[in-house]
Amino acid sequence: MKELTVISGKGGTGKTSLVSSFAALANDAVLADCDVDAADLHLVLQPDIKRRENFTGGNIARIKPGYCVACGKCEEICRFNAVFFDGPGNGTQSRTFRIDPVACEGCGVCVWFCDYDAIDFKPHVNGQLFVSGTRHGPMVHARLGIAEENSGKLVTLVRNTAKEIAERDNLKIIIIDGSPGIGCPVIASITGVDLVAVVTEPTLSGIHDLQRVMKLGEHFSIPLGVIINKWDLNKEMTRSIEELTSEKGVEFFGKIRYDRAVTEAMVAAKSVVEYTKSPVTDDVTEVWQNIEKRMK
Amino acid sequence: MRIAIASGKGGTGKTTVATNLARIASSPGEQVAYVDCDVEEPNGHIFLKPEIKTTEKATMLYPVVDEEKCIACGKCAEICEFKAIVMIGKTPLVFPEMCHDCGGCYLVCPVEAIKLEKREIGVIETGQSEGVNFIHGKLNIGQVMSPPLIRAVKRLIPEDGLTIVDCPPGTSCPVIEAVRGADYAILVTEPTPFGLHDLRLAVEVLEELAIPFGVFINRSDIGTQDTMRYCEKRSIPLLASLPDDRRIAEAYSKGFIMADSLPEYRKLFLDMLNNLEQKSEKI
Repeated sequence: MKELTVISGKGGTGKTSLVSSFAALANDAVLADCDVDAADLHLVLQPDIKRRENFTGGNIARIKPGYCVACGKCEEICRFNAVFFDGPGNGTQSRTFRIDPVACEGCGVCVWFCDYDAIDFKPHVNGQLFVSGTRHGPMVHARLGIAEENSGKLVTLVRNTAKEIAERDNLKIIIIDGSPGIGCPVIASITGVDLVAVVTEPTLSGIHDLQRVMKLGEHFSIPLGVIINKWDLNKEMTRSIEELTSEKGVEFFGKIRYDRAVTEAMVAAKSVVEYTKSPVTDDVTEVWQNIEKRMK
Repeated sequence: MRIAIASGKGGTGKTTVATNLARIASSPGEQVAYVDCDVEEPNGHIFLKPEIKTTEKATMLYPVVDEEKCIACGKCAEICEFKAIVMIGKTPLVFPEMCHDCGGCYLVCPVEAIKLEKREIGVIETGQSEGVNFIHGKLNIGQVMSPPLIRAVKRLIPEDGLTIVDCPPGTSCPVIEAVRGADYAILVTEPTPFGLHDLRLAVEVLEELAIPFGVFINRSDIGTQDTMRYCEKRSIPLLASLPDDRRIAEAYSKGFIMADSLPEYRKLFLDMLNNLEQKSEKI
């Protein structure tokens, strides 16, 4: 069983559009949407949800106004500017302290040092995990709650759940739709995978971000290959990217032309390869075949 | 006035809008700052091409245990919510990357065996780009957390004048950190199913943070009318829109600011800026 993660560095290069086509082209695949705070793959794959689970990544502190004596110790020691002196009054205080749940880092330090046992520290549901069936195989995706943290942990949970399904159903490949950037959710989606495919675009921003992603791959010693999307928007820059990959000894999986059909397919809730027989589908198919070859 | 440019979905045009607003707003006598808080993948410098004046390392603290003083009470590991300090037998083992710099272990150690030392997480650069004060942060590759660097970048935001904060994509902690404290937010979106889905999430975030906002629709002639309808239904102000003009994409690909290379679009950004300044007088 192999894991492939599709990331990009720069947002909007076409990860999810491509992953939905890969899902249509692959046999024996489990899909995992690890872009947990802005998941879109389900919009195309239209999963039939079989199981929902709450995800708790950590705890959140909450001051119980009835117990607060307004000593201010919590505000003094909080390193995250999460404590405010604007809580409701109680029998003895006209104002109490209040913790902003969005700013609360969940470190528990205020809880530990409050001499009046006035702070609750309870597990906080950060989001939900979904296990579903789709027309292209089982899918695991998640929704991180609004303004929530612990996205890396939720990504790891999505991946582990996908692995369990792959083992249970004897499926050969897990295709992971990653998120933009290079931080914790991206790192959690690439550590230990067999191959990373980076989707880039022929723009200065795309190249800049691609270089950072390539360094990330090196940092974690993960094999990485590049796909250029919308390549014909700037043919010179496409050439530069191809040269860059060859210079760095990084694989080149191929390039896909710009075609409005990609957006039309999205609107129709289909992957490009299901939507049209135009040349863009041939481009995507060739890229997938190169990836499959590399994953053998 | 501080304006945050955010989106939900990546690649909708945040940096395009942010850099163009900054360029249009910069004129003699008007203080304008452009702050790139997308510290994982900052791109503003590609367009504004600032002359960099200062470069500073950004650091975070992490615990170092003096094993001679340590009495193996395990309190440091007990207080740590992030598994950055873990007891292996009688020895505390530190994982600096996991440390959120909360200070708990340092405060709780009964024998003062823990010192907090600095480690580098990234770099903050400031400079000038034709009347725009430029600030950005770049996260070191392999660093897990961006919010601490974003916080450090934001500490440099000037008190006065107009500040444009270019935010990362998504809706989780880096975005919250970047957007927090803004007087107004512009949500840049594209009228496609992915764009609308993520826009709804971004709207929820701004409502949670109680920051007033409006929407900028990029590539307005692709996709469907659903995004417009959503904004109308929710009474979300539509600040401006740009068509799916291939020339815009090409200029962008070469690192050109639209207001410079496609001057027919200057008026759109100017009008939006005037509109925002009027709104700020009402806030």
